[in-house]
Amino acid sequence: MQSFTTLNSKLIKLLVDDIDTDQIIPARFLKTTDKLGLGQHLFSNWRYNEDGSENGDFALNQAAMKGRKVLLSGDNFGCGSSREHAPWALSAWGFRVIISTSFADIFRSNALKNGLLLVEVSKEHHKELTVADSDAEVHIDLSTRTLQLADKEPIEFPIDAFSKRCLADGLDQLGYLQSFQEAIEAYERGQ
Amino acid sequence: MNDASTPQTLFEKVWAAHVVAQEPDCPSVLYIDLHLIHEVTSPQAFAELATRGLKVRRPDRTVATMDHLTPTLPKKLAVLDESAKNLLDTLERNCEEHGIELFPWGSGSEGIVHVIGPELGATQPGKTIVCGDSHTATHGAFGALAFGIGTSEVGHVLATQCLLQERPKTLEVVLTGTPGPGVGAKDIILGLCAQIGIGGATGHVIEYRGEAIAALSMDERMTICNMSIEVGARAGMIAPDETTFAYLKGRPMAPKGGEWTAAVETWKELCTDAGATFDRTVHLDVSALEPMLTFGTNPGMGIGVSQSIPNPKDASSSSDVDALTKALHYMGLEASRPLVGQPIDVVFVGSCTNSRMQDLRDAASVMKGRKVAEGTRVLVVPGSAAIKREAEAEGLDHIFQDAGAEWREPGCSMCIAMNGDALEAGQYAVSTSNRNFEGRQGKGSRTFLASPLTAAAAAVTGQITDVRTLLGTDK
Ligand code: SF4
Repeated sequence: MQSFTTLNSKLIKLLVDDIDTDQIIPARFLKTTDKLGLGQHLFSNWRYNEDGSENGDFALNQAAMKGRKVLLSGDNFGCGSSREHAPWALSAWGFRVIISTSFADIFRSNALKNGLLLVEVSKEHHKELTVADSDAEVHIDLSTRTLQLADKEPIEFPIDAFSKRCLADGLDQLGYLQSFQEAIEAYERGQ
Repeated sequence: MNDASTPQTLFEKVWAAHVVAQEPDCPSVLYIDLHLIHEVTSPQAFAELATRGLKVRRPDRTVATMDHLTPTLPKKLAVLDESAKNLLDTLERNCEEHGIELFPWGSGSEGIVHVIGPELGATQPGKTIVCGDSHTATHGAFGALAFGIGTSEVGHVLATQCLLQERPKTLEVVLTGTPGPGVGAKDIILGLCAQIGIGGATGHVIEYRGEAIAALSMDERMTICNMSIEVGARAGMIAPDETTFAYLKGRPMAPKGGEWTAAVETWKELCTDAGATFDRTVHLDVSALEPMLTFGTNPGMGIGVSQSIPNPKDASSSSDVDALTKALHYMGLEASRPLVGQPIDVVFVGSCTNSRMQDLRDAASVMKGRKVAEGTRVLVVPGSAAIKREAEAEGLDHIFQDAGAEWREPGCSMCIAMNGDALEAGQYAVSTSNRNFEGRQGKGSRTFLASPLTAAAAAVTGQITDVRTLLGTDK
């Protein structure tokens, strides 16, 4: 897993509340086993017109947005299904950070397994980011748990110690679980 | 384990009994008793095991079915696309290689994963149950702690039978009163979705409690727990009682003989102790509910059948104005109008929310002796092969077919529209499934979520109808 330290990027704003996993990656694309290929289907229903051409109004299709790595969304990002295809598609497109006021539980857990940093901010800070110039840079630093707009005070965001370790060190969670082999065996004997 | 004198909630009891290890500043290592798998979210997990040279730790605690991609036409008639076929074949191969019991498509034992778990008696009180599927919450109806996981976690459970979990908060939903005619479990859960919103229980495990819950059958309790995820909850639970035990007794995987008696004794302990506290409480009086329908693009956008579609002008915040405007635009609906009378192209009775016997009986009770309205297509898809047989033994298939509905093979079908059963862009459906997200039932699909009764009322009238006007009247 790609580890995360700091990142500078301009924002892509997708200010819709309750963006569900069916919007992030519609079910018809779940039949693939190719994670990287999912990037082209990210937000497919919004990103492409009926005839398959790109919808020029949609943020991800605008030339200026290419290469940006931070998505600013509305509230409650990632609600709905448990499909890990959602963080796979976001990562495959190039996103490393999603900013919202809240995230759905399963999406949060899936994001962490794929090196995608979720930055949860207050309503006020969210507003500040919403109205920021569309070309403003943000600087994100995991070690200090801060996000900073070029000319603004840094905003602190919450992240638990374990998630931070997973992201910063690229900790292998399955490896960590396997280290409990003996405890698991003892538990099973006691059942 | 906690001190016996400290009152505990149902969730706390099940959680505490499954913590294998806990390091400081780390999530708990939680033991998983039952792992359900299906074809869509498991292949990458098995691939990860292969890459690492790992085995499935407890194939005996893993159960597999095929449901998301399977056509609902009889197997010999069905046509599958290559990628769907590939995923189904992959599951079959993986199960064979690792010695996992599979209930394959067309075998007469298959069904939607959340329907067959309980039906087999594999779902039991006090168990921890996971599946790479968010509607795993369904199994909480038996007093299990059941929740959806991602594919990486499917790999974790296959390899270690454990998961890393932060302990969630608890939310008590107290349901009081008696539902009126035409109002059932689906209306109760859609009522809760409308009341607290789709993020209303994020980070929490719900326990549904109160007189209105105790009165429900297992089929109804499963409908309610199933949609816990639609308010963002990690899981939804109901304490087991005599109704639960009666349902489980004699099921193939349920304990037998002396073990059964001992199990019931243990299960009886699985209730929230007097004096135990929850992080939050929500009350809902079910006597005040009418048949519910969603009008928008998430399950929280629901109203009673006699109400008008909300007007964005009346919304309390600017983001609510935007969300409502966007939803009504997508749905092609006008604000402040009633939903009743809205023409319907397709009716879908099925999904892990509403495809069990009671759901089918409800739908049949309205369709019996009536005809599907001209221009409306009706699909009835039983949740499992066993339910299909039981429904046929009762003659429900004839009621549906005589009315002009299609009686299909079991599977997820139009709930997720991955198997070919899909709405066309712009079509309107009344659906007994659980999600009305944009494009959920096919690209451009427009979904009204409702109960089997309300769906059947739409089937025979071709429009959204208050089912209460059809109940107990001459046909
Ligand atoms: S019926 Fe629908 S919600 Fe249930 S498991 Fe299948 S796709 Fe998921």
